[in-house]
Amino acid sequence: MRILIIEDDREAREYLGKAFREAGHSPDSASDGLDGYALAREGNYDVLVVDRMLPKLDGLSLIRSLREQKVETPVIILSALGQVDDRVKGLRAGGDDYLPKPYSFSELLARVEVLARRGGNAGRGEATSYAVGDLVLDRLSHRVTRGGQEILLQPREFRLLEYLVRHAGQVVTRTMLLEHVWDYHFDPQTNVIDVHVSRLRSKIDKGFDRPLIHTIRGAGYMVRDTAK
Amino acid sequence: MTPQSSFLPKLIRTTAFRLSFAYLLTFAVFAFVILGYVAWNATKVLDGQIVDTIEAEITGLAEQYRLAGIRRLVAIVDRRSRQPGASLYLVTNFQGERIAGNIGSLPPGTLDDAGQREIAYGRAEEETRDHSAIVRVFVLPGGFRLLVGRDVDERARIRDIIGRAFGLSLLLIGVLGCLGGWFVTRRVLKRVDDMTATTETIMAGDLNGRLQIAGTGDELDRLAQHLNAMLDRIGELMTGLTEVSNNIAHDLKTPLTRLRNRADEALRGARSDDELRASLDAVIEESDNLIRVFNALLMIARLEAGHQSEGMADFDAAEVARGVADLYEPVAEEAGTELQLEVEPGLSVHGSRELLGQAVANLVDNAIKYGTETAGARPAPVTVRARRDKDTVIIAVGDRGPGIPVDDRDRVLGRFVRLEQARTRPGFGLGLSIAAAVARLHGGALKLNDNEPGLEVQLCVPLRPVASA
Repeated sequence: MRILIIEDDREAREYLGKAFREAGHSPDSASDGLDGYALAREGNYDVLVVDRMLPKLDGLSLIRSLREQKVETPVIILSALGQVDDRVKGLRAGGDDYLPKPYSFSELLARVEVLARRGGNAGRGEATSYAVGDLVLDRLSHRVTRGGQEILLQPREFRLLEYLVRHAGQVVTRTMLLEHVWDYHFDPQTNVIDVHVSRLRSKIDKGFDRPLIHTIRGAGYMVRDTAK
Repeated sequence: MTPQSSFLPKLIRTTAFRLSFAYLLTFAVFAFVILGYVAWNATKVLDGQIVDTIEAEITGLAEQYRLAGIRRLVAIVDRRSRQPGASLYLVTNFQGERIAGNIGSLPPGTLDDAGQREIAYGRAEEETRDHSAIVRVFVLPGGFRLLVGRDVDERARIRDIIGRAFGLSLLLIGVLGCLGGWFVTRRVLKRVDDMTATTETIMAGDLNGRLQIAGTGDELDRLAQHLNAMLDRIGELMTGLTEVSNNIAHDLKTPLTRLRNRADEALRGARSDDELRASLDAVIEESDNLIRVFNALLMIARLEAGHQSEGMADFDAAEVARGVADLYEPVAEEAGTELQLEVEPGLSVHGSRELLGQAVANLVDNAIKYGTETAGARPAPVTVRARRDKDTVIIAVGDRGPGIPVDDRDRVLGRFVRLEQARTRPGFGLGLSIAAAVARLHGGALKLNDNEPGLEVQLCVPLRPVASA
C-alpha cells in the first residue's frame, strides 16, 4: 500500500521509509508540513503518517486543512507529546489514530495496516458476521461457532474475538486490543492482554487441530486460517 | 564594596532617593504656602491697626479744630510731630502751603482729594521720597487740609523677617531631607546590595545561600523571607531532580546493559538463524520495556507539571473500577487468587477517565503481583472497592500480602523505589508514583493503609458536585 511519511527528523524518516519498504509497502516521504500537504493532496495514498511537530505547517493544521479539502485519507499522528488531551486534540483535528513517541515500529505498522484496510472499506459499512476458516462470529446474535459447534463466550471475550476476526490477517497489537475492547489507551504493566487472549484461545482453539489465534512475536496477535 | 564613582549615579536611581526628593519638594512648597499665608495675614492686621490709628487721630484733631480753631490744631500737630515714633502729620492752608507737620515731601496732588491711600513720602527737611506710608487726607472747614499718616516701613520689616524665615526653613528642610534621604537610601541600598550579592552566589551555583533577614519585619524582610522560601522550594526540587536523574541513570543502565549484552551475544554466539532470531526478539522485547519506562517517566513528569484540562470530563469512577477489575480478573486468576469488586453507584468524578483507569490498574497490578504471596494456601482475594466518603470518592485496592512497613510508606511513592522483597519481581517501581501523581492532578491523594494484614491503597479524588440532579 502507498504510505506517505511526513516527518522532519531525517533519521526517523529514513528509518520509517526503509522499514515500511521491508514490510512490503511503498512509502513516500516529506520533510515539512507544506511539502507533505501538497503530496497528500495530489498523491493517492492509503495512509498518512504525520509527525505532530513539523516545520512550516504543523501536523494538526495540516490534517485540518486536508479534511477541509475533503481529503479523507486515514491519518495516524506521531507525537512526542503523550498527554491524554494531546490524543483528544489530534483526533479532533481529524486524525484517525494517535501514537505517542517513542513507539515500536511493529506497533506503528500494525496500526497503519488496520487504518489502510479501514480506509479501503469506508462506505461499505460493517459486516454483520465474520468468518475465519471454520469460525463464524455473528455480530447480531452474538453467537460464535467453530465447525458448526457453538462456543459460549463472555461479553468481554466476544468483543475481543470480534476485534481480532474483524482484522483477520492483520497484526493486532496489545495496546490496540486494550483501546478497542476496554477503551483505555494506557500501557498495561503486565501481560494482562496476553492472559485474556490465552483464555480466549483456550475456548476457540482448544480441541481443534488448526489454531486460529496466532502470536506474532514482538508485535501482537493475528487471527488467520493457516490452511489458506 | 561599591566603588565610590558608581555610588552617586546609583544613589540617584534608587527609589528611596527619588522618594526623598519628592518629599523634599513637597515640604518646601508647604513651607512656602504657610509662611506666605502668615505674611499676608500679618500685613493685613498691621494695615488694619494703622488705619484704625489714623482714623482715631483724625477724628481727635478735627474735634480740636472744631472746638479751638486752627491755632490749637497747629499747636497740637507741632507737639505730636516732635514726639519719638510719631505719626505723620501735615496741615496746609487752602493754597496748599504747609502750616505745620513733619512731612517734607509728598507726591504732587496728594492733598487734592480727601480719603485714604498709600504713598511714598519724604520726612521733614527731606526732598527725596524714600519712605512709604498710609495716609488719610481730611478737608477741614475753612479750606484747611489735614493729613495724618503712618509709616509702613515696619510692615516691610516684618515681610523681611518672614522672608528670611522662609529661606532658613528651606535650607533646613533641604539639609535635613537630604541627610535623611541619604541615610535611608544608603541603608536600603546596602541591604539590596547584600541581597544582590547573595543572589549572585546562588546564581553561581551555591543553592544553600540564603538572604539575610534584618529582623525588622519590614517589606524588605518579608521579601527576603519569600525569596528564601522560594529558594528552599527550588532546593527541594533540585534535590528531587538530582535524585530522580540518578535513579533514572541507575535504573536504565541495567536494562540498557542487558540490551547491549543480548545484542553482543547474538552477534557472536548465535549458531543458526533461529537462534539469531530468538536473540533479536529478546532484544526487541528489552527495548520495548525501556520504551515503557520512558513513557511512564514522561507521564509522571507531565502529570506533575499539572494542568491537563482538555482531556478532563465527567465520568463514573465506579465504571472505571469495574472496567479495571474486569481487565485484571483473569490475571488474578492466573496468580491463583481472585478479584472481589464492591462498587457504590453515583461516583461522579471530574477528570481524566484514562488516567484514573491507569492509576487503578497500577494498584490492582501491584496488589496481584506483590500482595498474593502467601505461603502454602491459596492467596486471599484482592479487593477493589469504590465508595463515597462525604465529598470524596475512594477507590481502595486491598490485598493480604506482606504489606508495607509504616516507615516505608512515603518512600514507595517516589520514582523507581522498590522494596527489597519486590526486587526479584518484574517491574520498575513507577506504578505507585504514577498513581500518586494522578491523584494529585485530580486534587486528591494516594493513601497507603494497613489492611491488617496486607496493604490497602486508597486513591482519593474529589466527588463531582451534582449540579443537574
